[in-house]
Amino acid sequence: MTKEERLKKRHSAEKRFRFYGLASIFVALLFVLILVHNIFSKGSSAFMKTAINVEVFFDQELLEIKNGATEDQILEADFYDITIESLLKVFPAQDLDQENQLIDLFTTDAEIEIKRAFLENNNLIGKKINLEITASDDIDQLHKGNYPRDLPEDRRRISDFQLIIYDNLVENKKIIKNFNNYFFKNGDSRDPELAGIGGALIGSFYSIIICLLLAFPVAVLASIYLEEFAPKNKITDFIEININNLAAVPSIVYGLLALQILLATIQLPRSTPLVAGITLALMTLPRIIIPCRASLKAVPPSIREGALAVGASKFQSVFHHVVPLALPGTLSGTIIGLAQALGETAPLILIGMVAFVVDIPSTPIDPSSSLPVQVYLWSESAERGFVEKTSATIMMLLSFLIVMNFLAVYLRQKFEKRWN
Amino acid sequence: MNFVLIFLITIFSLSLFFYGRSKTKSISIEKNIKLNALPKFYGYYLVLWCSIPSLVFLLIWTLFEPVIIKSIIIETAANQGAIFNDKNEANLIYEKIKAIYAGTYFGDIDTILKESALSYAKFINLFTNSKIVLIFGIVIASVIYSLKKIKKNNKARDDVEVILKGLLFASSLIAILTTLGIIFSLLFESIKFFSVINIFDYLFGTNWSPQRAFVSDASAITAAEYDELKDAFGFIPLIAGTSFIAFIAMLVAVPIGLFSGIYMAEYASVKIRRISKPIIEILAGIPTVVYGFFAALTVGPFFRQIGENLGLTVSSESALAAGLIMGIMIIPYVSSLSDDVINSVPQSLRDGSYAVGATKSETIKKVVIPAALPGIIGSVLLAVSRAIGETMIVVMAAGLAANLTINPLESTTTITTQIVMILVGDQEFDSPKTQSAFALGLTLFIATLVLNYIAQRAVKKYREKYD
Repeated sequence: MTKEERLKKRHSAEKRFRFYGLASIFVALLFVLILVHNIFSKGSSAFMKTAINVEVFFDQELLEIKNGATEDQILEADFYDITIESLLKVFPAQDLDQENQLIDLFTTDAEIEIKRAFLENNNLIGKKINLEITASDDIDQLHKGNYPRDLPEDRRRISDFQLIIYDNLVENKKIIKNFNNYFFKNGDSRDPELAGIGGALIGSFYSIIICLLLAFPVAVLASIYLEEFAPKNKITDFIEININNLAAVPSIVYGLLALQILLATIQLPRSTPLVAGITLALMTLPRIIIPCRASLKAVPPSIREGALAVGASKFQSVFHHVVPLALPGTLSGTIIGLAQALGETAPLILIGMVAFVVDIPSTPIDPSSSLPVQVYLWSESAERGFVEKTSATIMMLLSFLIVMNFLAVYLRQKFEKRWN
Repeated sequence: MNFVLIFLITIFSLSLFFYGRSKTKSISIEKNIKLNALPKFYGYYLVLWCSIPSLVFLLIWTLFEPVIIKSIIIETAANQGAIFNDKNEANLIYEKIKAIYAGTYFGDIDTILKESALSYAKFINLFTNSKIVLIFGIVIASVIYSLKKIKKNNKARDDVEVILKGLLFASSLIAILTTLGIIFSLLFESIKFFSVINIFDYLFGTNWSPQRAFVSDASAITAAEYDELKDAFGFIPLIAGTSFIAFIAMLVAVPIGLFSGIYMAEYASVKIRRISKPIIEILAGIPTVVYGFFAALTVGPFFRQIGENLGLTVSSESALAAGLIMGIMIIPYVSSLSDDVINSVPQSLRDGSYAVGATKSETIKKVVIPAALPGIIGSVLLAVSRAIGETMIVVMAAGLAANLTINPLESTTTITTQIVMILVGDQEFDSPKTQSAFALGLTLFIATLVLNYIAQRAVKKYREKYD
């Protein structure tokens, strides 16, 4: 091999090596794009729901209440008959089986929706109004194009007769797409068209607030101690090793800890944001301490010495000068720790947050779910409608995380002082 | 009740602060005494003495009150003739008694339950009253003590700082308490588990199927029953599955992570680095449940489809899908750590290599990487410990049945998956099945601890070499 050939070979090896590096970064970026695209294309349709325009006649005889009835009377009244009556008028059905198929096009909560409309406008007795009744999950998915209608009849959930009704409704412009307020308002449900993340949102909110209240002060105090006051001895070393190890302990182990100590020994209520918050706080603590210490360490010693020189005590120099200067870094570390806690699932599953909770929690000691656990729960469900609900929940979760991370970066860039 | 007490203590402390501050100020002016600290420190001193002892007492009391009352009530109920065979029945009766007390119990109430509920009410009353009395006692005593101290014109700033330093130290001890809590809770159940199943049968058993493990009476297990049990709790398939999936993950994460780390440290311009580094870090910020969802609903079926087209049978919960996605999740851990490590290789080593005519890639391959190797190995080990402790991806995308296999297209299970599967839903406490989850947790804890220890040592040694 001549000198030139060797040099050429070495240079092409150089280029190849460089290409591998660039390609690796590109693969990572590509994956982020694929993931985000996949989630968004599946999930964005969940923010709309399909409704069917139905003419409802509030028949006094069937309702057995009068105009101007009190709210209690309305709540007690039976709206079942007029619901069925109105729904059956949508399309002529020949026999009982076809009638059932027709009613199956609507959500199981049709009666409640009609009652709600009646409650809003009390003097509807004897009148006809047009209401938009939420369609069942199958129709919803069909209308959004997520459901293949060319399968043979015995392999799809929608019968031929239902398809005929659907086409007829589309032709008459009776099918409407609405903003899906149920998705934000409702708790969990077995029916995808009624299921929402209201409960999970509140549950996550409570858990994160409790986590913040517990973890932030303790983490800041502990890092101040370790960074500023701790003598260099065995106890300090031991604490430091402990913190580093705790930061690397798998999150599921914290779930086992919570199960044994918080639930079995102290007997706090299961499935509640309170327990979730404490568990997440224990888990987040070391992850906050590490950046807190780094930002305390970044404050130059001249600041401390300046304070000490004019007669401040060690405490005054730390709390009046060092801590305020380290605060931006501390806060951004805390926010990033909280963002991790918000996405954490495994420990929450162990403390029973996978329970099926329909009600929206009103206090942190009510059973509840949380956003990531809701993702897990719905992803296990068979109904097609839950796929878009899960993806939409992930979209919500990711947008919270993005906001938190931006806030952290902003705090650091805007307020952090650069020394040197 | 507790909130009222905390509120009262807070109000009282605050008023003490203002009292202490103004009093010392006025005394120093009136009598022309030079104070040993600023007046506000006397205020702080009073606040700390008033609040800390009482709040600590309240916390301890609140933690232990239910446990003590429970044991008293169960004992009195037993004395009155209530019969319970095990802990669960005792718990059930206790819950009933509590429900009667709260007025939410609608079943039949016999005399024993009624008596117990009455004595429960009595004890609750007694405990609450004595709690209030004791707390007031503590507050009064500590306030008197601190007022006396102030009168003597003590060095309040120093005293306050000593107390605060104690507080700081106490918060840093929480880390140790957490570790102790983890060890205690894992050991407690694991010891019970290993008292039923021999630890060697567990470690070297080749069959894992805890759903088969029914034990009628855990205290007396016959030899035949034990053989069956032993066969249900074999650890080998789990560690095999876990390492297999982690291995696939590392096959993805190490090359991609290492190359992107090298590129960012050695080649990338400041601009590219500023954009690409945060984007790669996004991968670490995405919640694992999202990866799990993606793996289970998109990647798994996709591989299955490809397999069908090629005429292969691919399980829709294949180890390959779970491992691949886990690998992608781990990329940033490898890349950012190796980036750091490579950056801290001294420039003089590179310059020496360039001086003898090496190209950049030759310098990296022959000089920089060998120099950085301990650090890189450390970062890979940290990534491995992430991989074996990762839960949601494998719970959602890997299988549930423990197969001993090295075919990446088949489904296999992991330690974390089994912990979740055992503990999700209704658990019967005191059954070997539930306890086995804690034994698995202990194994996992020890494994990650060892990996982390080695990794941190490697990175630290390496840093010391060049710093």
